[in-house]
Amino acid sequence: MAASLLSHGMRRCSARTCAAAAVAVRRGLSSAAPPSVFTRLLLKLNNYFYDVEHIVGWNNWARTLLVRSKNTFFGLAQQNFGDNVAAAYYILTLRGSFRFAGQSEWFRPDSSGKFSYDFMSTPDTQIEEVDLSGTIINHDGLDNLVKQNKLQSLSLRGCPEVDDWFLARLHVFGESLVELDVSHCPCVTVGGLAALQNLRKLQRLDISGLSRLQSPGLVRILLEEMLPHCRVTGAEYEQGLIQPDTREPTEEDHEATSANTGVRHL
Amino acid sequence: MWRKLLASVPAFRAPKAPCRSFKSSSRRAEKDFNKELEAQFRAFREKAAAALPGSDWSPFELTPGLPPERADVVIVGGGVVGWSIAYWLKKKERVRDGLRVLVVEKDPTYSQASTVLSCGGIRQQFSLKENIQLSMTSADFLKNINNHLWVVNEDPVDLQFNHSGYLFLASEKSAHIMEENYHTQRHAGAKVALLSPSQLKERYPWINTEGVALASLGLENEGWFDPWSLLNALRRKAMSMGVYQCFGEVTGFRCSSNVAEIADDDFVDVKRIKYVNVQMPNSLEYQPVETAIVVNAAGANSGKIATMLGIGLGPKESISGIPFPVEPRKRFVYVVHCPDGPGLDTPFLIDYSGVYCRREGLGGNYITGMSPEETEEPDVSNLDVDHDFFQEKVWPRLANRIPAFEQLKVSSAWAGFYDYNTLDQNGIVGMHPLVSNMYFATGFSGHGLQQSPAVGLAVAELILDGGYKTVNLSAFDLKRIFLREPILESNIV
Repeated sequence: MAASLLSHGMRRCSARTCAAAAVAVRRGLSSAAPPSVFTRLLLKLNNYFYDVEHIVGWNNWARTLLVRSKNTFFGLAQQNFGDNVAAAYYILTLRGSFRFAGQSEWFRPDSSGKFSYDFMSTPDTQIEEVDLSGTIINHDGLDNLVKQNKLQSLSLRGCPEVDDWFLARLHVFGESLVELDVSHCPCVTVGGLAALQNLRKLQRLDISGLSRLQSPGLVRILLEEMLPHCRVTGAEYEQGLIQPDTREPTEEDHEATSANTGVRHL
Repeated sequence: MWRKLLASVPAFRAPKAPCRSFKSSSRRAEKDFNKELEAQFRAFREKAAAALPGSDWSPFELTPGLPPERADVVIVGGGVVGWSIAYWLKKKERVRDGLRVLVVEKDPTYSQASTVLSCGGIRQQFSLKENIQLSMTSADFLKNINNHLWVVNEDPVDLQFNHSGYLFLASEKSAHIMEENYHTQRHAGAKVALLSPSQLKERYPWINTEGVALASLGLENEGWFDPWSLLNALRRKAMSMGVYQCFGEVTGFRCSSNVAEIADDDFVDVKRIKYVNVQMPNSLEYQPVETAIVVNAAGANSGKIATMLGIGLGPKESISGIPFPVEPRKRFVYVVHCPDGPGLDTPFLIDYSGVYCRREGLGGNYITGMSPEETEEPDVSNLDVDHDFFQEKVWPRLANRIPAFEQLKVSSAWAGFYDYNTLDQNGIVGMHPLVSNMYFATGFSGHGLQQSPAVGLAVAELILDGGYKTVNLSAFDLKRIFLREPILESNIV
C-alpha cells in the first residue's frame, strides 16, 4: 500500500525532474560548462526534499553574494590611488587582463590569481584594452571602469553575468570603444544588442555563440544596418533562417509533381 | 485455505454457481478475487490521498476559491501595482508568516487589466523629481529582477527588455521646457543626452527633423519590456512567499465610524473598514474578509472603490464632497506592419504632437498610438477600437515624422484603460483622511507599470514603517486633492 503510494509519488516527481533539469540547463548554473554530477544529484534530490531546496536556494544566494562582492565599487582605492589604478586593480582581482595606453605589455594574473603591483607605478596612464573573458563581471562592476574614456577594446567572451543591462551601460565608452566581443555570453539577447547603437565608434563586434539569439543572421543584418561602420562577425546571414528542403527528391515527390503538372495541364 | 476464503466472500460465490470443474472455477475465482482486491485497494488509496494533509478535501461543502476569513492586509486589485505591494509587504515582514496578505482580483484572465494592455515602456524622462526617482528605483529592481523574483526550482524571469531608450522630440515652443527637464533629470542621476536636429538626423536618418528644435534621448535604464512577464513573476514570487490570491470582486465594505471635530463646530465622519465583502465570480455568494488595512490598487476602477466608501458623496462644500479624481480613460494601441520602417535602433519615439511609436520584435512591426484631446475622449464602457482615430489623427502625424510610415498596414489593434487622474495625471499614494485604514496607490495615468516596483516598496514602507524611506512620495499625497494643488508634469504621454 505504502509502496504503491510511494511509487505513484515517484512517478509524479520524475516528470518534474525533467523540468528541473531543463531549468538547470537553461540557467546554465551561470557557467558555460555542463553541470557536474554533484549539481545534478542536488537538483534531483531537490524535487523530493525541502531541505535540499533550501540548500539550492542558499547556494544561489551565496553565488549572488560572491558576484556582488567581486563587483563592488573600489572607492577607497580610487580615492587613494586614482581612477586608473583602481580600475586596473579591479580587473586583476577578477582575473582579467589589460593593457595601458602607449604600452605593449599586458598585465595579467598568474594561474593562481596572484599578480604583481607594477601597475601602480603609472597612475596617470589610462587603460586601452581590457580582456575580461570568462570572469564574473556584471553591470555594477562597470562602475569601476566608467572613467576609462580611452578604452578601445573590450572582450567579454563567455562572461556568465554579462546581460542586456551591462550592454546598455556601455554607452559610457561611446566616444572611444572600437572593438567589442560579447560572444558566448549566455544572458545577452537582442534587446541588449539594440543598446549598442550608442557606440558610434564601434568597428568590430563579435556576436558568435549567443544562445539566446533566435535568428543570429537577421540580428547581424540589423546590427550592420544600425552601425554602418562596424564589421559584425560570428553569425552567418543564413543562420536561423528556415532552410529550404535539401533532401533528395524521392519517387513520391515525383508523383506529386507530376500530379501537380497534370492538374495544371487540365 | 483458499476455499474457505472464497466461501466467505459472497461476491465470488454467486456468479460462479453453474461451474462444473472445480479446478477451473477456482482459478477463475482466484483471478476475480485479485481483481476485486485491486479495485478495493485503489478505492482505499484514493480515499486516503483525499483525506491526507495537503489535499483540498474537506468534510464540509465549500465553494472553491473563497478568500480567507481574516487577513491583515487586503489589496484590492491584482494588477502589477497590487502584486508589487504584496511582494514588498512579505519581503519586509520581520517574522515568517508575520503578515497575512490577500490580493483580490476580479478578472482571472486579466483580459481588461491595464497592466497587460499597456505598451510596457519605462523611462526616466520626467520633469518631476519623484517620478524620475520612482522610475530609477524600478529600473534598478528590473535590473536585479532574478535576485528579487526568482523562485527556487522555476525558470529565471525573462522580461524581454529592449534597451532602446526613449527619444523625445521638442518643437521650438517646448525646447526650453525640455532643456529644463534635462537638467532636472541629470541632477536626479538619469543618463539622458540632448541632441540637436543635425545630430538627430545623423543618428536616425529615417526621421524627418522638420519642426524639431531639440531632442532628448535616454541612454540607460530606458526601453520597454513584456508587462505580462513582470506581472506573472511578481505574482509567482508573492504567492511562493505566502500571499493569498483570490479571484472575486469587492462589492462593499462594512465600516465603523466615529465623529471627529476638525475645526470649531465642524464635524466629519471618519470611517474605519472592518470587513471587505468579496463576491465570487458568476455567483451571488460573498465572503466578508475581516481586515486591518485595505490597499486600493484597483487602477482604473479605484474611483469606484472610493465611492463605495462614500467618498465624494457628501455635501458639496465639505471634505467628503470632493470626489476621488481617478477615472478610466480608454487609449488605443495600433500594431502596424511596415517592412521598410526603421530598424533595430528604433527608440521609443515620442513626438511633440503627442504620437508615439516603438518597434515590436524584429519583423518590421511597430506599435503606435496617441492620447486623444480632452474633448474627444472615447466611451469607456467597452474596449472597442476606433480605427478612424488612427486614420485621421495618428497616421498623418506619424507619417510626417517618419516618412517610411507613409506605406504601412495596420495589422491589429487593441484598447486599454488608463487609471487617469483628472487632477494632475500623477500617482496618488497615501491615506484618505476620511477612511482611517485605507491606503491608495493609484491614478498613475499610464506610468503605473514602469513605476510599480518602486511604488510597491514605498507603500509597503508606508504601511510597515509608517513613512517613506527609499523614495519620498509625500508630494503624491492625497492632500493635494483637497487643496486643489495639482503637481503637473510638463510633458505627459
